[in-house]
Amino acid sequence: MQQDLQQVKKIIIRNKLWQAIFAVVGLLSVLVGIITLITLVLDLFIDGLPRLSWQFLTSFPSRKPEEAGILAAWVGTVLVMIVTAIAAIPVGIASGIYLEEYAGKNWLTGLIEINVTNLAGVPSIIYGLLALGLFVYQLNLGESVLTAGLTLALLVLPIVIVTTREALRAVPNSIREAAYAMGASKWQAIWDHVLPYSIGSILTGVIIGLSRAVGETAPLITIGALTFIAFLPDPPIKAEFPYISFSWLQAPFTVMPIQMFNWVSRPEPDFQFNAAAAGVVLICMTLGMNALAIYLRYRIRKQIKW
Amino acid sequence: MVETTSIKTKAKVHNLNFYYGTVQALKNINLLVTENKVTALIGPSGCGKTTLLRCFNRMHDLYSGNRYEGEILLDSEQINILSRRIDPIEVRMRISMVFQKPNPFPKSIYENVAYGLRVRGESRRSIIDEKVEQALYNAALWDEVKDRLYDLAFNLSGGQQQRLCIARALATNPEIILFDEPTSALDPISTSSIESLITRLKEQVTILIVTHNMQQAARISEYTAFMYIGEIIEFEQTKHMFTHPAKKQTEDYIRGRFG
Repeated sequence: MQQDLQQVKKIIIRNKLWQAIFAVVGLLSVLVGIITLITLVLDLFIDGLPRLSWQFLTSFPSRKPEEAGILAAWVGTVLVMIVTAIAAIPVGIASGIYLEEYAGKNWLTGLIEINVTNLAGVPSIIYGLLALGLFVYQLNLGESVLTAGLTLALLVLPIVIVTTREALRAVPNSIREAAYAMGASKWQAIWDHVLPYSIGSILTGVIIGLSRAVGETAPLITIGALTFIAFLPDPPIKAEFPYISFSWLQAPFTVMPIQMFNWVSRPEPDFQFNAAAAGVVLICMTLGMNALAIYLRYRIRKQIKW
Repeated sequence: MVETTSIKTKAKVHNLNFYYGTVQALKNINLLVTENKVTALIGPSGCGKTTLLRCFNRMHDLYSGNRYEGEILLDSEQINILSRRIDPIEVRMRISMVFQKPNPFPKSIYENVAYGLRVRGESRRSIIDEKVEQALYNAALWDEVKDRLYDLAFNLSGGQQQRLCIARALATNPEIILFDEPTSALDPISTSSIESLITRLKEQVTILIVTHNMQQAARISEYTAFMYIGEIIEFEQTKHMFTHPAKKQTEDYIRGRFG
């Protein structure tokens, strides 16, 4: 007996050894990721923060680093994102609802599903090529805010569709049955119940998709984004009739990452600080969007527990 | 004048067969559902009692590959509610359902009960208010929730949630309410309150209930159908079935020898 117990204790110690080894390996792996990220961000902030100022945010690019700013870039990013959101959100959510709630389960929907998932993994420059051929040459939309917004919308669309479907799938079937049992039509069940209960997760997916699009450079360079713009697009709201104007859609544009890229490739060291400062602004934009996503998810999910 | 206990048939199931794809789940079902009475469907798991119940509000139409054969005729009109010409929504407007697990919508108590009325196009606030109160009262929930009608339904206890689901089903004055093992997820106290509620409700509405619990069937129902592997083995007045079962299988099940 005594002998057996000794044996068992040895085995336990050996078994626990692996447990301890993995704990160390796991922790180290996590630290590699976190430390790299923190170093990157800190480095960027140390270089960029001193350069950040009101002047930086409100100036056009310039040959002199100390006079240059990101006005055209951040306005361009905001406008392009607006177009992207307006194009991608309704189309993506509608597709997700259709695929999840309406379409039958057959080989065709299976094929569509696989393709949508694969589209999310297509390199972004491919979207740029597609947009160059379709939007710029075929539809003659020009190298404009509209083209850029639509291009990024294509990029974001698969993400929106996939997250919409996942969010809808998370609504338990018992809720759908409850709605149908009350005499609801399919659309009423979706509009009154399934969609409101999943909109928090859907919006989260949308925002995460958009925050990915904010940082995209390659497809926009492909469609011919400019790197030096010293004017703003026509404002959308005007003092005289008809008060709103859409000519900003046709304006040439630049966006934050392109502006950064442009500065990084200059020889003067002062431009590197400009690039870092623009990077700080860009990171704050994406972090802000992600924070909004987390907040929305928290707010809307708080009242729903299945 | 001598009061006659008029027994009126509310629904008549006639030669009903039901298929999940190629699997036949119900075989040649014949059943009478009597108006303002409780009819119980009992039998071991997988015998098809819930499948039969869900034929009454065409729930099977929600999933592809399901097929009905035969008829369920609804009272005097003698319309077959399983017919393809009848819109399932029309059937569900007349026949409500209470599910096994309480499934209130993640909305307020008030909105849960009001939903059926809204689906039926009712938008007058005063009428909705009145019917919500009436339904909650009839579901024996009014006193417990009248001060917090706009609270989330999820904040209620399990038994209260199930009574809320009953109120939701009642609010639209259905002709039949289908209960699918309504107490199997509840504690004994909630169970007994739902049972007494069902006994009271039958004055206004015809009730068809699936239950696992034989004592429950004996306590609350007037008629019982014993089902086994997709067939009705015996259909009798409850009292009679529980004292003098005609078939050996029924007797074994009631005595707890299998199931």
